[in-house]
Amino acid sequence: MPSRRVLITGLSTYWGGRLAEALEQSDEFETIIGVDSRDPTRELDRTEFVRVGTQHSLLRRIVEAAEIDTVVDTRLIVDSLVTSAARAHENNVIGTMNIIAACGGPDSSVRKLVFKSSAHYYGAHQDDPAFFTEDMERPHPPRTPLERDILEAEAAVADFAEKSPGVSVTLLRFANVLGPSVRTSHTALFRLPVVPMILGFDPRYQFVHEDDVVGALEHVLKQSYPGVYNVAADGVLALTEVIDLVGKPVAPILPPWGTGMAAAALRRTGVEITLEMLGQLRFGRGLDNRLLKATGFAYRYTTRETVLKLAEHVRLSPILRGTAEPYRYEREVEEFLRRSPNVRRAGRRPGERANGRAALREGTVPASAEGEGSAGPEAGADDYDDLEVRELAVVLGSLETDDLIALRDHERSARRRPDVLAAIDDALARVEAGGGEEP
Amino acid sequence: MQDASTAVARRDDLRRYLPGLETDRRLSDWGRSERVESFVDRTFADFLYHYWFRCEVVGIENVPAAGGALLVSNHAGALPPDAAMIAKAIRDEHPYGRPLNITVEHFFKGYPGFSMLLPKLGCVAAHPANVHRLLYDEEALVLVFPEGQKGPRKLYKDRYRLQRFGRGGFVASAARAGVPIVPVCVMGSEEAAPIFAHLRLLQRLTGLLYFPLTPTFPHFGLLGMVGYLPAKFRIRFLEPIKLDVSPDDRGAVQTASETVRARIQENLFEMLGERDSIWLG
Repeated sequence: MPSRRVLITGLSTYWGGRLAEALEQSDEFETIIGVDSRDPTRELDRTEFVRVGTQHSLLRRIVEAAEIDTVVDTRLIVDSLVTSAARAHENNVIGTMNIIAACGGPDSSVRKLVFKSSAHYYGAHQDDPAFFTEDMERPHPPRTPLERDILEAEAAVADFAEKSPGVSVTLLRFANVLGPSVRTSHTALFRLPVVPMILGFDPRYQFVHEDDVVGALEHVLKQSYPGVYNVAADGVLALTEVIDLVGKPVAPILPPWGTGMAAAALRRTGVEITLEMLGQLRFGRGLDNRLLKATGFAYRYTTRETVLKLAEHVRLSPILRGTAEPYRYEREVEEFLRRSPNVRRAGRRPGERANGRAALREGTVPASAEGEGSAGPEAGADDYDDLEVRELAVVLGSLETDDLIALRDHERSARRRPDVLAAIDDALARVEAGGGEEP
Repeated sequence: MQDASTAVARRDDLRRYLPGLETDRRLSDWGRSERVESFVDRTFADFLYHYWFRCEVVGIENVPAAGGALLVSNHAGALPPDAAMIAKAIRDEHPYGRPLNITVEHFFKGYPGFSMLLPKLGCVAAHPANVHRLLYDEEALVLVFPEGQKGPRKLYKDRYRLQRFGRGGFVASAARAGVPIVPVCVMGSEEAAPIFAHLRLLQRLTGLLYFPLTPTFPHFGLLGMVGYLPAKFRIRFLEPIKLDVSPDDRGAVQTASETVRARIQENLFEMLGERDSIWLG
């Protein structure tokens, strides 16, 4: 059953926003409603935002009133970097129970529930298999509060699936996510000038690209895929291999015994090594991703390519640092744009859109080309190699000489497109000429 | 959420969804490194195989040229050299030189140093799921030592007497994957690194599986661990055994396990009977 009327819980989380953005592109989804207790962090066109927490009576009223057929829960906190243990517990356990309560019931219109979970479900232990399949359980009970919460949330979802045969419940367990715009404890780790490791261990790591996370969530909305699926890119890399690809030096400074204490000391100095990361840094984890592939999902990136994408971003981010203002949600503006009869052009609003390519594809004026906005830091750096000359031209205008030279070097070593190189040279010449005139 | 039977049924035809090969990578998904492996092979293993132990191999044709197979061997020596010699024998003598996956205790994954090195050399933790994936999905050769650590830790006085074969998990694994078992007998490893006694206090301090007293260890330090005596090695690969048991039938599995054990033991005694000298063979 394809989903048509979708409710996204956790719209203001990174994943909720990304998913809503992706679903908006497709006409198959006639209604997209997002709920969260905070303001949305991404600019959305036709997604309706309702500010509500996880009070199930309120959610239930929204579900009933809008005849929601699919609920996508993207709210689960799977990284203790994000918030405190107490708030994570509130969100992960109590919140999940409330959302499930809002979906259930004999006369509920909900036919599908998609739940975003994490491979932390499996933990990382000495006696783990090299590849976890979906039917396996962790060999030992969890020790960190976050992992306990994830298990409890999954148990609640499994219980709901068992008791409501009419609802197709899909549970996705994602491997550690990497990407240019997502912030996780592992992207933070690879951004450090030297990457700490545990002495004598070279764990196996598997990642998934942020675009594939959104892709997988969208994929399971198109049909009914009841059950549990691992989502992890092809290929399991050793940590030394990963760090080598990122281009950072390795520092095996964590002792094999007393690692927890050393990590706590490091945390004092600002190096965030989270509790659930410690197990992975020692034993690693691999997932069997074939079940989801068998449903027809194709990953865009392998683990190696995911790491390379991050590496590219890490190298370029100091150059392409923010020229665009971050998005701020203003209720009145959103109301006006959605409801006012005077708004002629539904769809992309010029000037603020981070995603220049989407605008180009749809044939609207690429506002960024007029120079009033810019392609923004994310689009500029995340898929730099995928950007076209026209889009690049926008970024180039705002760059300094040093940065332009660095960018030129990168282009020479990466794709070597003559037109891009020419554009950079042009911009360089312009900057130099401009600099000469000014006092 | 999905009942076990459909999960298994769906899992069976997942072989074609295995990840493809990425040519730019130096490590396999299991952490195996061709670079490290060939370095150790060219230096250490080559010397031991040809000059130190002077390995002689019989029945290499019993190792299948294609498809999965489970090699089952006796296990001995303080830091057992038998796995490396079997792998080397297949690499050098077999017409296809197939890589061998060696199962090791989970313990090594948790011990610093070993945890880093062993996967690079083609060792995987002896988890039933790992063995199944290798045998069934990847159709590879897997070597198991059903004696576990009871084999290498036994004292010199008990040499060449096979310890018990556990619960026959290896038979269940082979049956589930539908691959033959190839019994392997190794003679010489017992004399290469004999254990005279166990030092319990040092074992507890280092957290190792056991802390042996051998002719060269611990008095010559860590290097004494690989201070093998130059015993003559003979390796015999026996006829593959095609299993016809259900992996869930405990009795049948146990019987098959005993059959394999008896066959290895018989052949070992036969080889010992033919041996004139420990050092010259």
